[in-house]
Amino acid sequence: MRKKAWIILLILSVVFLLSSAVSPAFAKDAAEMMAEAAGDHAWWFWPLVLFVVTFALGIFAVLGGVGGGVLYVPIISGFFPFHLDFVRGAGLLVALSGALAAGPGLLKSGLASLRLAIPVALIASTCAIAGAMIGLALPTNIVQIFLGLTIIGICVLMLTAKKAEYPDVPQSDKLSSVLRIYGVYYEDSSGKEVDWKVHRTPLGLVLFIGIGLMAGLFGLGAGWANVPVLNLVMGAPLKISVATSKFLLSITDTSAAWIYLNKGCVIPMMVVPSLVGIMLGSFVGVRLLKIAKPTFIRWMVIVILAFAGIKAFLKGIGI
Amino acid sequence: MADPGKYVTPEQQLYAEMLEKGMYVGLLLLLITFLLYATGIVDPYIPLDKIADYWHQSATDYLHQAGIPDGWGWVGFLGYGDFLNFIPIALLAGVTIFSYLTIIPILLKQNDKVYAILAGIEVLILVLAASGLLKAGH
Repeated sequence: MRKKAWIILLILSVVFLLSSAVSPAFAKDAAEMMAEAAGDHAWWFWPLVLFVVTFALGIFAVLGGVGGGVLYVPIISGFFPFHLDFVRGAGLLVALSGALAAGPGLLKSGLASLRLAIPVALIASTCAIAGAMIGLALPTNIVQIFLGLTIIGICVLMLTAKKAEYPDVPQSDKLSSVLRIYGVYYEDSSGKEVDWKVHRTPLGLVLFIGIGLMAGLFGLGAGWANVPVLNLVMGAPLKISVATSKFLLSITDTSAAWIYLNKGCVIPMMVVPSLVGIMLGSFVGVRLLKIAKPTFIRWMVIVILAFAGIKAFLKGIGI
Repeated sequence: MADPGKYVTPEQQLYAEMLEKGMYVGLLLLLITFLLYATGIVDPYIPLDKIADYWHQSATDYLHQAGIPDGWGWVGFLGYGDFLNFIPIALLAGVTIFSYLTIIPILLKQNDKVYAILAGIEVLILVLAASGLLKAGH
């Protein structure tokens, strides 16, 4: 199945590159086009740069252990000529597509839990709609300021948050018992079955109100917040938390994506190169994971994110 | 090596299969529609060399200046290459709704009423978001 996705994405990227060459707008002389690109830029310049940059982002996202959306929105809004409305719309679709690509496999392997995701997703997706509506109603510079501050906050979270492989959950809480949120999965590394359950479910659900709001407001995938809440607050094992979080994005981002789509925040010439670039990059990233030095890459991602966060903040205050 | 299937409930398996099918169909359609659009086989509503005049504006200004209706108004523009791409994008954004719909009968069959209701509410929320009834904007 993964091979199929590879082939489709490869074809999409080839189509994108080749279409640039056969399009009627390309009937111009190459030298003239290059001259245009150097000055006001030909139409294909920014989509092509977008494709290359998102390909790199896809690699860094996997190696740095973050979602594509969280890198995409601050970097593209900070350094590209696109309005934040379109960047957030594309960012949500990028995060959504990544989640759709990974979700089925994670569900079938039993690592992502539908039972854990359904109540959490209901709250997060409802709040993501509210977040998207607030984000589209607020002045762009205000959203940009808060985006910058959020990204800087995410960097701090990445630097300080701990992870627990198998959190200690002495007893399920009442709500999770009623909802039967528990399960068992096969741990490859130990060759053993791992039973899991969760606690502090009401607190976790309350925190997902904020996560949903931020996902919709900024067009960010919310994996950076999902995982700590599922793992550290609710006590789901790390693997279950990471997999369920990734799958969860397919629901949370769907609701916000519709609001952006209906509001006209989707330009296919931005969305398709971004989506293909980041997904292809992710596939390459997975392969590089075996030889890369994760600590170094993670630091690099944090530095890039911090830089993009500061840039977004400065752009918001007009500097 | 354990069989991963034994850790997966029937509704989770069905949801995953539906999501997978929707994802592949969506990506494949995206390939086709983008090919038709970017190669100029189907003329775009906004000429390719004019896109850059719009993407630095807010979405509200873009819709207003380009004369594009919001919500599902794009359906009326499907004769244009750029708007053809909205079909797979809407499919990718809609596959979750279909996945939820497929598991509700299983949940009811298992007498898991709470989750059937939660899934039903989620469908309503997503349909509301998709409907275009919720207006937002500057």
